[in-house]
Amino acid sequence: MDTQELLERESFIELDARSRAKKLLDAGTFRELLDPFERVSSPWLARQGIVTQADDGTVVAKGEIDGQPAVVLGIDGGFQGGSMGEVSAAKIAGSLELAAEDNRNGIPTRAVILFETGGVRLQEANLGLAAIAEIHAAIVDLRRYQPVIGITAGPIGCYGGMSIAAALCTYLIATREARLGLNGPAVIEQEAGIAEFDSRDRPMIWSFTGGEQRYRTGLVDAYAGDDTGAIRAAMIERFRAGRPDACRSERVEEFLQRLSEVDAHAQPTPQQVAAIYAKEFLS
Amino acid sequence: MENIVLEFPAGEPASGRAIAGVVASGDLEVLLESNTAHRTVVNITTSVHGMGRVWEAVLARIFSDGALPAAKLEINDSGATPGVVRMRVGQVFEQLTQTGGA
Amino acid sequence: MSTKELSKRGAVWLDALTSSAPLQPGFPPSVRVVDARLGEHDARFIAVVPDPDNPFVRARSGEVGLIEGWEIARAVRMVIDADEGRAVKRPIVAIVDVASQAYGRREEAYGIHQALAGAADAYASARLAGHPVIALIVGRAMSGAFLAHGYQANRLIALADPQVMIHAMGKESAARVTLRTVADLEAFTARVPPMAYDIDNYASLGLLWKLLHVSNADAPTGADQSTVERTLQAALDDILADPSRGLASRLGSPHRAASVKVRSKLREEWR
Repeated sequence: MDTQELLERESFIELDARSRAKKLLDAGTFRELLDPFERVSSPWLARQGIVTQADDGTVVAKGEIDGQPAVVLGIDGGFQGGSMGEVSAAKIAGSLELAAEDNRNGIPTRAVILFETGGVRLQEANLGLAAIAEIHAAIVDLRRYQPVIGITAGPIGCYGGMSIAAALCTYLIATREARLGLNGPAVIEQEAGIAEFDSRDRPMIWSFTGGEQRYRTGLVDAYAGDDTGAIRAAMIERFRAGRPDACRSERVEEFLQRLSEVDAHAQPTPQQVAAIYAKEFLS
Repeated sequence: MENIVLEFPAGEPASGRAIAGVVASGDLEVLLESNTAHRTVVNITTSVHGMGRVWEAVLARIFSDGALPAAKLEINDSGATPGVVRMRVGQVFEQLTQTGGA
Repeated sequence: MSTKELSKRGAVWLDALTSSAPLQPGFPPSVRVVDARLGEHDARFIAVVPDPDNPFVRARSGEVGLIEGWEIARAVRMVIDADEGRAVKRPIVAIVDVASQAYGRREEAYGIHQALAGAADAYASARLAGHPVIALIVGRAMSGAFLAHGYQANRLIALADPQVMIHAMGKESAARVTLRTVADLEAFTARVPPMAYDIDNYASLGLLWKLLHVSNADAPTGADQSTVERTLQAALDDILADPSRGLASRLGSPHRAASVKVRSKLREEWR
């Protein structure tokens, strides 16, 4: 990257959720729903002595993308690690449900989800988990009409039940800083032991679950630098690509075929994973 | 959790609304709305107990000259230092002048 | 019951409800698939059970791992594909006793999150295609495992039993993460309905269609079996009478008032 590019590059990771949503939408089209001033926040945190954030950590931004009606659901990784509580998850599920309804009424609303989340908010446990199931349902519904695009950029990455949501999306865009995995490193270490997974070994963690490896192994569709312009361009390009023949989460036989080649008794290297999940597999 | 309410002198009512910050460890969010002329009210919810005097001192330094627009501020704080408080409050008033509000 | 004890409930209830019908061949030992009658209808029943010889060592105790996720998806998609173009869509019953997802380096490396998405996708797609999908929770229904196997059902039914637990994180892990003892955690969460571990608190959230009392959840009597069969049948009728194929029936409890409010405000502000 030359000096000019460096100067023009705008970090996406340094932006908060609201700013990310605003920059991804076409200029001048951003309109926030259930904004912080409406104060629809968690009914469960105050009684536990936890300070609430007025938007419960999720931004609902309507507008246009590439001239088409769109909604961007931006998860704020800063508040409670972007974890999903009753309200923050309902903002996502409810918006996806309305987008699907729009499509049934001839309005081609598309959706983008900004995944910066550790998964379920423990302080709201079962309401968070149930709402994530509703997000899954809504993605599969909307996906029939429009591509649903997920973007994970860091610093939090995408974990837990929301990694499943990301895996349901039509397309995923990730940066090098992002991580995409089901279980957090500390939990794996706790459950399976430090030899299995050392939660302090950052290079190892990124080598398996980082954006670049996920792209190399076909679990992410576009790999972008930490640059708002590049990420927006990748998103528009994926929307223009339209719905694929089959979404990744529908490719059951292909994944079973690949997994049958895995020697389950040995620990894998990232290179071995890339060899088995070769790019051709999912193109 | 502790709740603190403070009042300060102010100028004309703020035009519009603005928001800054995030409720992350060591940070806070500030919601700003307009208030009746000459009075600014600050409503603080904080996870840190016993810092009432510090809040008074920090905010008094920002508001005591009465020059800022009259506003209702809601602060949701997760252990920000005085420096971060000053930054976020500064940011939220700056947003008002930039875009005419949120 | 600790989370590591091998549970037989999934296998026991699958066997009871299908009158010991034979397993569909071609599936691994951890994913049991049985085609049997549900009242007047041909139905597919699916359970995930422990396989102590699972090649993936982190998935030997009934966890939903890489293979389990994709094989559940295959079992469901077989039914979707077979019934495509048919007017009557066969019911699918998920018998749920899954203590967790599998935790391991292999699992993360090969994308267990994607495997669980495969399963959730299949169940959701079946439901959207008109297949009645019912989840019967007879033991644990935890976290990612439940998201993959059961949570996409039209109707959720659970047994009212102390070993039945639905949650996002097991007690031992949650206690460690929140720096409490398990006893303190239980006491604290009993007063916050969405955090509580008992099935009665879960039922208060309005997510279950029915909470069923049986005399012996580990070894169901004939009467227990009839109770459950009748309820599955009633759930089936309820689904068939419902024009919606979504999950809106889960929004009825006062504890989900905020979920309803968010949706109604979004609708108001959408245009």
